[in-house]
Amino acid sequence: MLSRRDFLQTSFAASAIVGLSGFGNWAQLAAQQRLTQNQLLDFETTGNVTLVHLTDCHAQLMPVWFREPSINIGVGESAGLPPHISGKKFLDAYGLKAGTPEAYALTSEDFVALAREYGQIGGFDRISTVLKSIRADRPDALFLDGGDTWHGSMTALRTQGQDMVNVMNALKPDAMTSHWEFTYGIDRVTEIVDELPFPFLGANIFDSEWNEPAYDSHKIFERGGVKIAVIGQAFPYLPIANPGWMFPNLSFGIREQRMREVVEEVRGDGAELVVVLSHNGFDVDRKMASQVEGIDVILSGHTHDALPEPVQVGNTLIVASGSHSKFVSRLDLDVRDGGVKGFKFRLIPIFSDVIAPDPEMTALVDAQRAPFKAELGEVIGQTESLLYRRGNFNGTWDDLICQALLEEREADIALSPGFRWGPSLLPGDDITREDIYGATAMTYPNVYRSEMTGELIHTILEDVADNLFNPDPYYQQGGDMVRVGGMGYSIDVNKPIGSRISGMTLLKTGEAIDPGKSYVVAGWASVNEGTEGPPIYDLVEQYVARKGRIEITPNSAVKTTAG
Amino acid sequence: MEMTRRDMFALAAGLAAVGLIQMPANASEDAVEAAIKKFAGGMPETGGVEIGAPEIAENGNTVPIEVAAAGATSIMVLAAGNPSPGVGTFHFTEMCAESRASTRIRLAGTQDIVAVAKMADGSTKMARREVKVTIGGCGG
Repeated sequence: MLSRRDFLQTSFAASAIVGLSGFGNWAQLAAQQRLTQNQLLDFETTGNVTLVHLTDCHAQLMPVWFREPSINIGVGESAGLPPHISGKKFLDAYGLKAGTPEAYALTSEDFVALAREYGQIGGFDRISTVLKSIRADRPDALFLDGGDTWHGSMTALRTQGQDMVNVMNALKPDAMTSHWEFTYGIDRVTEIVDELPFPFLGANIFDSEWNEPAYDSHKIFERGGVKIAVIGQAFPYLPIANPGWMFPNLSFGIREQRMREVVEEVRGDGAELVVVLSHNGFDVDRKMASQVEGIDVILSGHTHDALPEPVQVGNTLIVASGSHSKFVSRLDLDVRDGGVKGFKFRLIPIFSDVIAPDPEMTALVDAQRAPFKAELGEVIGQTESLLYRRGNFNGTWDDLICQALLEEREADIALSPGFRWGPSLLPGDDITREDIYGATAMTYPNVYRSEMTGELIHTILEDVADNLFNPDPYYQQGGDMVRVGGMGYSIDVNKPIGSRISGMTLLKTGEAIDPGKSYVVAGWASVNEGTEGPPIYDLVEQYVARKGRIEITPNSAVKTTAG
Repeated sequence: MEMTRRDMFALAAGLAAVGLIQMPANASEDAVEAAIKKFAGGMPETGGVEIGAPEIAENGNTVPIEVAAAGATSIMVLAAGNPSPGVGTFHFTEMCAESRASTRIRLAGTQDIVAVAKMADGSTKMARREVKVTIGGCGG
């Protein structure tokens, strides 16, 4: 059923949803406790080109728990379309059954029970095994890293990304693009990129003074007799969503016209396959695919979506490979006579108890961690609740962080950024220092304490909500809603900016927030230079150590109206 | 009109001459419409003018924009939401290879950029494009 070698472009759209992925039959096998590495890696090598995609690993070298969102609202033309479906709707859309390994990997349904059954996910030594297996089938497979690679863990923060550079170099990627990489500052990025044995691509990164390209836009490869252009697209809103002062002479942006020009250029140079290695976020990629002719494949990153099938827009395939080292995507393409004639795809979940670690990579990862081993493993407290972040509104990790902000800084209201990174913890787990850094490690961690009027708080919530729920994807920045402690509110995602947020209430008094009154607000991850206060990871550690055991009561302070 | 030449650095192909528009302070959408009508002699049809601008400004104090319209002899640019919407008018002569100009402008907040082009035959065209100015800080 999977031999589609000869299917033509005319049948591209119609054949998408049914049966092209290899996700299907190992589900039952696993349910019978017979899931094996061979089943996870089984793939009928197809066509003449193989692309391997890893993205948004957020420096997670070791296996982790990672709960997918239970709420992931789409607006405008994206409403109800993948990836904006979750839970049972997601399972139904892809014909997957509850309780199976893929239900565990792809949704939040029954997450804790399934986590205990199927184990942790990820680990770079397992990823190395998967890569070696793919390269045994197809020695010249292209391995492409979508970025958010050097950031997100204590070891990455302490080594300024060096641990990830060392490990990735050993995996020999063919190219990468970027986002959080730039939060180490331009000097550090330049220092690493100068030594990188593969190209660091960003067609949309420009020198802001002269408006000239600052990095290579693309690289052309010859693989399997096919001329392949890989175009990099960095996160478009870096200077807005992250501190622009850390890379002051760079300008980003979506730059659709620039993408069109680069695609035309590489086609003119004879590229038969055009691949965009993107950190746009899924909805932006979907729009870009519909606006820019001539892209065959978009390897999509940034919004952390994991989809078991590529989404097709016209003649473009969009692949979304998840986050936190949880998945690796393999896409085989049959490229002939100047076009894609067929493909086969598999989103490979890195079940750490099923895929054997590659001992060489285990040793390399251990070497990166060795200098920090005692610090990483120190137990700060325990959690009685599931701790997770991902989802459009407060996760339980955020509730913990907001509570820490309120109590440790004696604030009325806490604001915590809607990042999509940060692994999960199961009820009963120890909370180690490494776990706290997993949800907070970054280079602008200072916790501010300042007075804000009710009006300003409303403006902030409206502004962030529009970055997430603007119906035009090109105005979306790809984070989740800012997390709030000490305050409740209602949100109607379908309203325009300025009227989505209502009913703001100070929880400790039950009174409505007064636009003219000042409140003490504690928050972190300010993009402003010179923000003062203790680093968030120290503050959360202090709080967890003081509490000992963490229990999060379900948060009903945010009321949502959607679609 | 506070705009100085420093903010009007025209990098464009062709030697575009820049003229400034006189606008009253606290101009509203009515003033924008009045400026368009004064320049074009009526409300022009939409289309035929390109506006290049970021969807979201990285820095509202200096937003790079580009306007182009094939065959235009002049293009007027307005920032519809600024207290003084007038940005300037680019004039193109037969010596210009292309009717295209770029500059950097200051935007007081989220608003539309309006470009109105006058053609050699006297016909006019216009386009609007929204540029968002945001607080930022929560992507990721």
